[in-house]
Amino acid sequence: MHVDALIAPLLNGSAQGALLLLAALGLSLTFGQMGVINMAHGEFLMIGAFAAYLVQQVITASDLSIPVALPVAFVVAGLFGLLLEVTIIQWMYRRPLDTLLVTVGVGLILQQAALQIFPSQGVPVEKPGWLDGQLNILGYEWPLRQLFTILLATVCVAALSAWLKYTSFGRRIRATVHNRDLAETSGISTRTVDRLTFFTGSGLAGVAGVAASLIGGTNSQMGAQYIIPAFLVVAAGGIGQLKGTIIAAWAVGVALSYFAYWTTGSLAQVLAFILVIVFLQLRPQGLFTVRTRSLA
Amino acid sequence: MTKPWISLSGIGAFAVLLLGVAPFVLTDHWLNNLGKYCCWAIAAVGIGLAWGRGGMLVMGQGVFFALGAYSMAMHLTLETAGDRIPGFMVLYDPLAPLPAFWEPFRSAGFTLLAIVVLPVVLAGVLGYALFKRRVKGAYFAILTQALAVALAILISSTIRETGGDTGLSDFKYFFGYVLNDPANKLMVYLIAAGLLVVCLLAVWQLYRSRFGELLVATRDAEERVRFLGYDPANVKLVAFVVSALMASIGGAMFVPIVGIITPAEIGAAASIMMIAGVAFGGRASLFGPALGAMAVGWGQSSLGSTWPEGWTYILGLLFVVVILFLPNGLSSLPARIAAARRKPDPQPTPAAPAAAVLEEVRS
Repeated sequence: MHVDALIAPLLNGSAQGALLLLAALGLSLTFGQMGVINMAHGEFLMIGAFAAYLVQQVITASDLSIPVALPVAFVVAGLFGLLLEVTIIQWMYRRPLDTLLVTVGVGLILQQAALQIFPSQGVPVEKPGWLDGQLNILGYEWPLRQLFTILLATVCVAALSAWLKYTSFGRRIRATVHNRDLAETSGISTRTVDRLTFFTGSGLAGVAGVAASLIGGTNSQMGAQYIIPAFLVVAAGGIGQLKGTIIAAWAVGVALSYFAYWTTGSLAQVLAFILVIVFLQLRPQGLFTVRTRSLA
Repeated sequence: MTKPWISLSGIGAFAVLLLGVAPFVLTDHWLNNLGKYCCWAIAAVGIGLAWGRGGMLVMGQGVFFALGAYSMAMHLTLETAGDRIPGFMVLYDPLAPLPAFWEPFRSAGFTLLAIVVLPVVLAGVLGYALFKRRVKGAYFAILTQALAVALAILISSTIRETGGDTGLSDFKYFFGYVLNDPANKLMVYLIAAGLLVVCLLAVWQLYRSRFGELLVATRDAEERVRFLGYDPANVKLVAFVVSALMASIGGAMFVPIVGIITPAEIGAAASIMMIAGVAFGGRASLFGPALGAMAVGWGQSSLGSTWPEGWTYILGLLFVVVILFLPNGLSSLPARIAAARRKPDPQPTPAAPAAAVLEEVRS
């Protein structure tokens, strides 16, 4: 076997894993830290992708539009998330399983709205010229945009963990997660923390959407195909564990890529799903677990 | 629960309406549609058992629906094809042999057995593995949904073996009966409606048994049940297996009534629609899931074809409004109104706007 036959799925898979990680990062924040199961997260990703498209309509130079689109998508998707939190989620913190169903409904509405606002076959998001090239790695011509996805995911993970660790907002979020009542007693507004966490988590979905729009198509269905894999990644990584999410996303991405190389793309998805389900069978709490005193 | 005859006479009235009245007042077209809603309602009764009473949000009932539906569809396809290879397989390769897993479905007995045994075995293995490891809540929901997605992808991609996205269709015979004959169509409808009544009777009996009490107890306080010496995993397992069996039966009857089965009928969206009906009608009540599923099925086939954009919005709003304001569905509405009447100055009832929207959906 030639060496690039082995290395190509590894590199492609790493990029796919990075994209999954971007999609799962926001989820791990909202699901892991707040216990909210947001099935509309995939639609926030879609909103980010459409935001990138709209930015390109204003700034036509594609070299510039993508760097501008990233923060725009973050803010737009974040605001949608904030709206969802304020209007619906905040009434449902005591019913986590029901948030799942409510957000399924929100996702349906957002999908249909996108289908009617934008052309049904989807819109093209132009790739900037500086992402056109390839990088030669052991004889395999690796597309630069895959490297870009990995870099973007790395930056987002680094920024998120630094934000959680070193800023006062981050400390407040962690305090609220650890002990909501005590945090409130010490003067932290847990409502503000909830809103900010939800804004950030949804905004990260928007950033993931920009990355997804550079790799696949941008259409109303794109969110639906990310939501289940992203949830499986978060679950396999362990709730509230960034490092677990990172490892799980990378592993799933690479596994998908190798399976697709050996079989077909759709069979690879089935196999990857089964792999994660079997893994959760062995470790129901995911890769890394937080030790708690709860009974379950 | 204290007055069993109320529920029983309710089931009786429902049976008379479905089996005695509907065939005489409805046109063939609407009777066929009603048969389709009955199939969804059968699956919904199972979801009501697992989710409403058991607290397990089964978001992948499409998997079990598919087991029943594809078992039945394979048998009917082979029956239609006779000694030859089914038409769609020959399309891709004129000399294609019949896949080995199709062969046993030539036998009617094996097919009927498969419709019952396959979901029981799969749900049994899956449920045993998951519940014993105490997988629950959102994890369970996401895993079951992932299975439905995976199965739909698998069927879509195996076009030579399962018909892929076009699915299986053009059935001519149903266990020897010509499906085009109106009398036989009526028979198929009556079987589906009869099975729905049987399923209702079965859950009615389950709900008032000790098992039903234990199931609700497991839903509300799993740890206490464990401390009382029961194994909640076994309780949940039984409910999950029964609900899977009902989904499979619904799927099996869906095929001769609708005449086609595709991955779109069993995937994530279809599984979520089954949940929608149950949530709408009232997940924990006896009739709620079945009636809700029929209402949503009716919306799907009437509004969904004439006004598809609007239907998706309504379905989305249905989830939001019902779960947010009426978590126990429409069936809890009378009790809520009665409670509001008794206390003249309670909290402003959030049920009122919900009711307005739901009436709109229904009309």
